[in-house]
Amino acid sequence: MSFDVAAIREQFPILKREIDGKPLVYLDNAATTQKPQCVIDALVDYYTTCNSNVHRGAHRLADEATRRFENARDIVKVFLNAPKREEVIWTSGTTESINIVANGLGQLLSPGDEVITTGMDHHANLVTWQQACKASGAILKTVPVTDDGELDQAAYDALLNDKTKFVAFPHVSNALGTVNPVKAMTAKAKQVGAWVLVDGAQGAAHGWADVQDIGCDFYVFSGHKLYGPMGVGILWGRESVLESWPVWRTGGEMIATVTLQESTWNVLPYRFEAGTPNVGDAIALGEAIRWFSALDHDAVIAHEEALLDHATALAKDFDGLTIIGNAKEKIGVLSFVLDQGHPADIGFLLDRQGIAVRTGDHCAQPLMARFNVPGTARASFAIYNTIEEVDALFVALRKVRSMLA
Amino acid sequence: MALPSTEDIVDDLSFFDDWEDKYKYIIDLGKSLPEFDEAWRTQERLVKGCQSSVWIQPGNEQDPLKGEVLVFSVDSDAIIVRGLLGLVLAALNKKTPQEILDFDITAYFEELDLERHLSPTRGNGLRSIVNRIKGIAQAAV
Repeated sequence: MSFDVAAIREQFPILKREIDGKPLVYLDNAATTQKPQCVIDALVDYYTTCNSNVHRGAHRLADEATRRFENARDIVKVFLNAPKREEVIWTSGTTESINIVANGLGQLLSPGDEVITTGMDHHANLVTWQQACKASGAILKTVPVTDDGELDQAAYDALLNDKTKFVAFPHVSNALGTVNPVKAMTAKAKQVGAWVLVDGAQGAAHGWADVQDIGCDFYVFSGHKLYGPMGVGILWGRESVLESWPVWRTGGEMIATVTLQESTWNVLPYRFEAGTPNVGDAIALGEAIRWFSALDHDAVIAHEEALLDHATALAKDFDGLTIIGNAKEKIGVLSFVLDQGHPADIGFLLDRQGIAVRTGDHCAQPLMARFNVPGTARASFAIYNTIEEVDALFVALRKVRSMLA
Repeated sequence: MALPSTEDIVDDLSFFDDWEDKYKYIIDLGKSLPEFDEAWRTQERLVKGCQSSVWIQPGNEQDPLKGEVLVFSVDSDAIIVRGLLGLVLAALNKKTPQEILDFDITAYFEELDLERHLSPTRGNGLRSIVNRIKGIAQAAV
């Protein structure tokens, strides 16, 4: 197989849009990716042909919806190389997935236990653990970030000890693009007996989410950053760990039996899926993963690396531009500041030229403080972006620089 | 430096055909705003947006014709936001509380074809600043 970016682009109707008469150059993929037609069709087809509540209707539509919904779970299981389909839990996205773990497993933390997160986590994987530690009396430790934007592995080693109960870190930094050595970090945490959560919000879209290879206990991601719909995501958890904490969110599908005084809980995965699940979006996410998995993975990665390499080369030649994050292993993200412009100014003036980037703190305020910037402008790339679009970004940036001079 | 009047601003901006001239005007307006004392960049004066920050210091003075008018010093770390703040001040600075409350800022930004910048999703604090100014005026009437 090979990789034909023009053929890929054809499948994304939104990429034909114009902004103020200029072709849309969408470089905000770390915030959310666009959706191929087949994903849009899957969502429309669900609502057009078989919308109904799953697992409970005694009728044809409910049968069909349930079959599609559970088939999507199987697709996710294969994508993650999860040992069991029962370990794949539908959530609304990465943030909810982490909240479920932090509120569930957080109940098992005791005063004096230690929890480790990192200086590059986005707020969803930091604030959740701050709260879990406050509630339990556990102590929150942070792996510092080096000047290049990598996790300081020596400092991480030094933080691990027999009090370490839980370790959480991002697979790929949303703000810097750093690819963390998740397998090695997981192995070290397992040596001291800690549970490990890998935040795959930015990792899943590169197809690297093999949970058995990584060896973690939890892997979480959002569908919408993986060419799927918004409002649906995944919590994968090791079965033995998922069953280890008292339920904290109750109702709907997670119940087995109920009397007025007592209830018993359903088995995995339903035990975690309180209330009516987001059936249509789950089915469409299944389609997104089916679509993505059918691509030539090595060619996808090579294309993404070529985009970032080209962008990095142009950025290094651009007077007054500083790249934030120069990790050796990076993917998909060019975060930068300009001497002459606040990131918000850069964002305004790029938008006027049809270029969509994210500006601001990227929901990672401690990381921005670490680099002593108010925020950055971030161009983030996906499989449908082209070298010409990277060139267009820098043509537009030259105009930004001259306007702000 | 005296700010241009809202009428002048509407005239000036409608004169520009392309977005570059328009934003250069806004950037120049941002540069020409009176300097904001660095020491005033404090938490109490901060209106935080997720993309840029805005600071505001309210005060008042006596106008020989109108009586008490409200005076605002403002600042932003983003120059375009400073320029947009200039547009806001042209409308709301040195006005009586009632004049501030009566002014339709949304219609004004629509006339300038800049209403997108007032949208809450912009995260630039501009909408919050307008609300803050209106709140101060409300408390003063």
